[in-house]
Amino acid sequence: MMNENVKFFQGNETCAEAALYAGLDFFAGYPITPSSEIAEHLSHRLPQIGGKFLQMEDEIASICAIIGASLTGHKVMTATSGPGFSLMQEALGYAIMTEIPCVIVNVQRGGPSTGLPTHASQGDVCQTQWGTHGDHAIIALTASNHQDVFAMTVDAFNLAETYRTPVILLFDEVVGHMRERLILPKKGEVPLVKRLRTSVEGGVDYHPYLPREDGRLPMSDFGGVHRYNVTGLFHDMWGFPSDNPRIVQDLLHQLVDKINNNVHQIARLKEYYLEDATTILISYGSSARSALHVVENHRLRGDRLGLLELQTLWPFPYGLIREKCVNAKYIVVVEMNMGQILREVKMAVDQPEKVFLANRIDGVFITPMDIRNLLGLIQGKGV
Amino acid sequence: MPIKDYIRERYFPHLWCSGCGHGIVLGSFLRAIQQLGLSKNEIVMVSGIGCSSRITGYVDFHTLHTLHGRALAFATGVKMGLPELNIIVPMGDGDALAIGGNHFIHTARRNIDITAIVMNNRIYGMTGGQFSPLSGYGIKATTAPYFNIDHDFDVVELATAAGASFVARTTTYHEKQLTNIITKAIQHVGFSVVEVLTQCPTYFGRKNDIGSAVDMMKLYKEKTTPRGSKAKKENPDLIERGIFVQKEMPEYCNEYNKIIEKAMKGH
Ligand SMILES: Cc1ncc(C[n+]2csc(CCOP(=O)(O)OP(=O)(O)O)c2C)c(N)n1
Ligand code: SF4
Ligand SMILES: [Mg+2]
Repeated sequence: MMNENVKFFQGNETCAEAALYAGLDFFAGYPITPSSEIAEHLSHRLPQIGGKFLQMEDEIASICAIIGASLTGHKVMTATSGPGFSLMQEALGYAIMTEIPCVIVNVQRGGPSTGLPTHASQGDVCQTQWGTHGDHAIIALTASNHQDVFAMTVDAFNLAETYRTPVILLFDEVVGHMRERLILPKKGEVPLVKRLRTSVEGGVDYHPYLPREDGRLPMSDFGGVHRYNVTGLFHDMWGFPSDNPRIVQDLLHQLVDKINNNVHQIARLKEYYLEDATTILISYGSSARSALHVVENHRLRGDRLGLLELQTLWPFPYGLIREKCVNAKYIVVVEMNMGQILREVKMAVDQPEKVFLANRIDGVFITPMDIRNLLGLIQGKGV
Repeated sequence: MPIKDYIRERYFPHLWCSGCGHGIVLGSFLRAIQQLGLSKNEIVMVSGIGCSSRITGYVDFHTLHTLHGRALAFATGVKMGLPELNIIVPMGDGDALAIGGNHFIHTARRNIDITAIVMNNRIYGMTGGQFSPLSGYGIKATTAPYFNIDHDFDVVELATAAGASFVARTTTYHEKQLTNIITKAIQHVGFSVVEVLTQCPTYFGRKNDIGSAVDMMKLYKEKTTPRGSKAKKENPDLIERGIFVQKEMPEYCNEYNKIIEKAMKGH
């Protein structure tokens, strides 16, 4: 019998369906390859459930619109690629500063600039952390296959609500456009985090920016009984602009600490054959598919290779990486950029000189052969 | 409800210079809300960045102080998110028509039910008196020390061409008309644009030797005339005041509901 929950989906379509599963009911976007299928799919699906789909005049308007809609109580998302993600940076900082939950998908293409619209790249990793100005922390998740695209997308919505922060889904062209099998979870199978709303009643003072003891910040929807101010300026617990040094410092700490102090809760990674591995590949997104292929093939020959697949890229789980790599002789970071995660891994481990890079930056998907060639070199076997 | 109940008294004194026209606009706006008898919970004020945009801090509604130029995009999200709300967007001339120009024309084109009040002081007040796209040829500003060679927009014509279904203009001198126009703009279903000529004595006035705030307001009296007046025919240089466009057109949120209806029926 055919199982209705088994689908043959494109990655972008998977992301859109997962967002709906997570409760998405408001999307605004501007078309850009290789992300457009997300918008197309949602323009079809959202009105079916009474949700809203907006095609805005540009990516700046798109992210601003979803931030506005989030304040009225919706779960919101936008999707784009490099050039659009660059345009979104100012408003991304606004969402961080105002602590408004939203999900932003960047299906990476090659960059800089218009770059390689339809080719594989993972060049936006550092931009995702540091693209918007000022000190801040960010959550960014990624995935290498559609089952994980689904899981990470739902997770992104959950984390956005839990930490009241924008969450970036950093996919890549290969994952976005590839089709493969996906088993749709049943309703209720994956836990969803609902918006935390204040229990303070109307007429009683509500402090929109006074965190609870557990650090969480209950919201009140615009249009509800509590009227308050939201601003991208530094602000006090009422949401009113302030340049009081104490308030400025405390708010900045709140914004950064709520994420960086919870690295362990936010860190998602997959381990393959790490127990006895002397060479550990670290990879993420579509690159991790090739990395896993190499590891599995080498294991057949008895080589002690393992793979650490990162799903949370930011906040970077330095401690976990150090721990997992402590016994490795070689660590090889497999990615499609000039070493953006390599840098972080080198910072994480005790001996940065044992960390190597296996990459491609030419728009061509990194193959198991590419990785194997490099492995041969660093293990001194020649190519 | 007395006017003072619409403001957040604890946040006063405000940051505007004495003589600034923005306070007059705030006064008119509050009187309009009072006349309409709207409840404070059904109003959302969304603004960008600028002296004008600071209005949001002082009013006791749901208030969203956003990014320079982007207020209409945020406002579109709020309105589509909860169409029952009344959305008011006070904007500076630079905010609305330089950095925010694209959002301005597209919001007009969609005809979404938002009221934009463009507080046109023909200068970048907040950043210290640089010229704006509304300054006009020959004007002096801190970035036009010789004279400005940029031509200006006509906000009314621009909004009309872009599809706004309510377009009006007046000045801070004509406070009664301003209150009246804002009232009608809020009542109007669709995108409403109210251009208010408002004085920035600190920069525009000083740089261009116009004199005090009072002198600037007197000029609004002398240099403007009701729309279609005889005076305008005799002196084409006069700037017309009044309502230029007021027409019923399909409103965006209502139109979207038709999509929902169709999608839910399964086409
Ligand atoms: C992206 C961005 N660019 C520039 C600025 C600096 N800035 C703040 S307000 C402003 C112009 C204000 O002029 P206007 O919109 O006319 O409002 P006014 O202060 O005159 O009321 C500028 C350029 C900014 N905040 N953000
Ligand atoms: S600088 Fe100009 S616009 Fe700004 S508050 Fe002063 S007078 Fe008003
Ligand atoms: Mg101005």
